[in-house]
Amino acid sequence: MYEIVTKTELAPNIYLIELASADIANKSNPGQFLILRLDDKGERVPLTIAGVDLDKGTVSTAFHAVGRTTKKLAKLNAGDSIMDVSGPLGNPAEVGNFGKVLLVGGGVWCAPLYYVAQALKMNNNKLVVVAAGRTQNDMVYENELKSVADEFHVATDDGSKGNDGLGFLADILKAQKFDHAVVMGPVSALKKVVEMTKPYNLKTMVTLASLMVDGTGMCGACRVTVGGETKFACMDGPEFNGLEVDFDELVQRQRVYLPEERMASMIHDKLGGGVKRG
Amino acid sequence: MDKEQRKHETPMAKQDVLDRIHNFYEVALGYTEEQALAEAERCLQCPNPRCVQGCPVDVPIPQFIKLIKEHNFVGASEKIKEKNSLPAVCGRVCPQENQCQKFCVIGKMGDPISIGRLERFVSDYERNQGVTIPEKQKAGATGKVAIVGSGPAGLTVAADLVKLGHEVVMFESLHSAGGVLMYGIPQFRLPKEIVQAEVDYIKKLGVEVKTNYTIGRIFTIDELFENGFDAIFVGSGAGLPRFMRIPGENLGGVYSANEFLIRVNLMKGYKFPEYDTPIRIGKNVAVIGGGNVAMDSARCSLRLGAEKVYIVYRRSRDELPAREEEAENAEEEGIIFTLLTNPTKFVGDESGWVNGMECIKMELGEPDASGRRRPVPIEGSEFMMDIDTAIIAIGQTPNPLIQRTTEGLETTKWGTIIVNEETGAATKEGVYAGGDVVSGAATVISAMGAGKTAAAGIHDYIQKKKGGK
Repeated sequence: MYEIVTKTELAPNIYLIELASADIANKSNPGQFLILRLDDKGERVPLTIAGVDLDKGTVSTAFHAVGRTTKKLAKLNAGDSIMDVSGPLGNPAEVGNFGKVLLVGGGVWCAPLYYVAQALKMNNNKLVVVAAGRTQNDMVYENELKSVADEFHVATDDGSKGNDGLGFLADILKAQKFDHAVVMGPVSALKKVVEMTKPYNLKTMVTLASLMVDGTGMCGACRVTVGGETKFACMDGPEFNGLEVDFDELVQRQRVYLPEERMASMIHDKLGGGVKRG
Repeated sequence: MDKEQRKHETPMAKQDVLDRIHNFYEVALGYTEEQALAEAERCLQCPNPRCVQGCPVDVPIPQFIKLIKEHNFVGASEKIKEKNSLPAVCGRVCPQENQCQKFCVIGKMGDPISIGRLERFVSDYERNQGVTIPEKQKAGATGKVAIVGSGPAGLTVAADLVKLGHEVVMFESLHSAGGVLMYGIPQFRLPKEIVQAEVDYIKKLGVEVKTNYTIGRIFTIDELFENGFDAIFVGSGAGLPRFMRIPGENLGGVYSANEFLIRVNLMKGYKFPEYDTPIRIGKNVAVIGGGNVAMDSARCSLRLGAEKVYIVYRRSRDELPAREEEAENAEEEGIIFTLLTNPTKFVGDESGWVNGMECIKMELGEPDASGRRRPVPIEGSEFMMDIDTAIIAIGQTPNPLIQRTTEGLETTKWGTIIVNEETGAATKEGVYAGGDVVSGAATVISAMGAGKTAAAGIHDYIQKKKGGK
């Protein structure tokens, strides 16, 4: 069992939890992920690591409570435990002294992006950071990202705060020269940003949240076409050069279990049910 | 017992085919006490038993059968466990027809003794009685040993070493220990409760099992040494699925057998939505491959409600690598064997879901390196199969994680770890390996045999390292 040490509501339905595991914390790096399984009937859910506290021996991750498992997870509080936490899995995000780096985070993904941004800052990069959300209420980690940014922008899908959508990035890309870009967010956002960076041939690293079961290379559910080759997001990624990713295939593969996911979520909403304890 | 009687094996009851295709309960029902006694009576108790030669872990076969004859079923199980820590598993999934039973003298004139069924009977009997934990036999210097992977090889090494007094910690990357016995082999062939009981037995022997630890990520092999382990056994298996590399393979509805079986067996997808992990199966399922994994996938598909399930295999019936018993069970259940056929591409609908598979007919040519006749495509024989689910069961390769993260650990071009066959020692000092990560995908019992060798090798290594002190 793994204890939830703290739980913070970052925005409506978006939470950050800190989990007790010194072993995981010691080996975690930005860009890697955990797999959580809440109870003995639970599914294995991948969540990207948002930070560690080596003194406390904890690892953090943020999640948006939209599916059955994340909704169950949202009902747990500090002091509660979950059955299984496996990690760190996947490869760390590429971090080095690139020069000028563009970072774009969408929604809940701003939390793990901050972990990457901190590492890039330590490597003396100049950071232009964009924090995006659906509406002004969905913004998370704005202040944290701002604190490491040399230049900072906000955008919302509905224009309720900052820029109206991500279109303004085109102007930024036109005006400034970047050496590296990192995007974390929903696949639609990754695709959109990559479409804008492609004309500049800017290496744009995207973190892919493919469907996964084991997360250790066994099942191949997370396979994705990168540069014309089939790769496993869990073993070869999860960070890839977005310029080479076949996003249309990725979107289709992500939708494979949509009917079942909707059904499970509906059952949860109608019948309730939390994490089975003990 | 007269000569004629002695020639015929005691049959074992199976779940009726019309029932079993709708459930995940065990197909083979095992012997009753009377049946086990009758079968044991057939054994000649050869003074020079040949059956044992066929056993990779040297189970004292005539001795345990003698104990059955004497109605000492628990004693018989304990006798097997002197050499084999997983008798309930081996009694179910070992290919006895190619091993012990192949050498049985009675097999020359009739049916060989059903050694596997007897093994299963006594181990089930003992488990139902409550298992007693044997005394540790401390033999010489002891050390601290890490086992990477909790499949049949790892379980064997762990049991052998803990019995000798060593401190053993077993690391498993998934949330349940047991490896392929848990995630791969389906419930109806090997109930997970039995695997769990075997894992619990190993724990009771004193082995510490740490699940959710993916070695290579959370600790490297070198870090395990830094943490005080004297020796490390790598039994990480052959967990990486092979794909065919043909167009359309990434469509929805195209699974690796690993994904399909993990969803069904480990995650209990067949109980969705009671369990959280879904598994989607269509009406017409093609399973590509001819091994036990293919048979398991096909039979699971049927139980999940598929109407037509095809085994699509590029060679003929005679070359099927699956156990004959499993192929027969599959045929009995109505699996359609489409032989001498190889897929060339998958096609899908506009939502990205597979709705057809183009195949080409094959014929057998000259024997290849494996000694089997090489399948050759017949030009112009392409045809479409109307399917909505495909499961690719053409084999697995070792997971490269440990090999990639361990300096000094030499591997073959297939990614398998190179070891000294006498001791199981790898090229890095203190590291031993065995099972599928060394041999490539093979059987449970061969992994256990390799585990036995490595356990002896590790024990010797610790004697040399620490014995003088």
